[in-house]
Amino acid sequence: MAVLHTTNKSPLQTRDLESCLRLSRSGCGILLMEDAVYGALKGTAESAKLAEAAKARKIYVLGPDLAARGFTPEHLVQGVKVVDYSGFVDLAVEYHHVQAWV
Amino acid sequence: MSGMEENEGGTDKVKRFMFLNRKAPYGTIYALESLEVVLIGAAFDQNVSMVFVDDGVYQLKKGQQTKDIGQKNFSPTYRALEDYDIEKLYVEQESLEARGLTADDLLVPVEVLPSAALGALMEEQDVVLSF
Repeated sequence: MAVLHTTNKSPLQTRDLESCLRLSRSGCGILLMEDAVYGALKGTAESAKLAEAAKARKIYVLGPDLAARGFTPEHLVQGVKVVDYSGFVDLAVEYHHVQAWV
Repeated sequence: MSGMEENEGGTDKVKRFMFLNRKAPYGTIYALESLEVVLIGAAFDQNVSMVFVDDGVYQLKKGQQTKDIGQKNFSPTYRALEDYDIEKLYVEQESLEARGLTADDLLVPVEVLPSAALGALMEEQDVVLSF
């Protein structure tokens, strides 16, 4: 059953997202929240890893956290979807369970 | 110690304080705490500079809109720093580049320095406070 992974740390500061991408499986979802939203931005030293992972996974970012940090959906790696808080709840219900990488 | 200036009083030294900021805003409290201490320290007439390295450069990103995360948007405060005689804001070039950013993405004028120059500047300080 597909898992929703969540991560909340910047990939330029910790390796949480890298481990999540390495250990998560095709067909899963990954929600980037809080400082992890920096991991969904294009043009960074970490963008390529996320873009590669996104080919076989659904990548989501929490919109309020993105806006708080001064970025908009046009700054995101292609294919990344923005969700709001109720969208987060929907995802938590839709996937089999939620695994947090903290 | 060398490189210090003397005040008119004679014995009081003006020290060089550098605030080193390496964390993104909002995810942790470090960025806000750094600003608070800088503003307090500004009352003591010392030589104060702020440096933004690693994810600290994100503190200065334009366009922060925090109403939906329930936190105060403290980014306009960086623009007020010059009123407190903190006019020296330095940003590491390598940190900006790793994040696909340029000085145009920042909400306040800064001096962008490569690592080597910034390292030299850090070594000249009397005190470096890390946040």
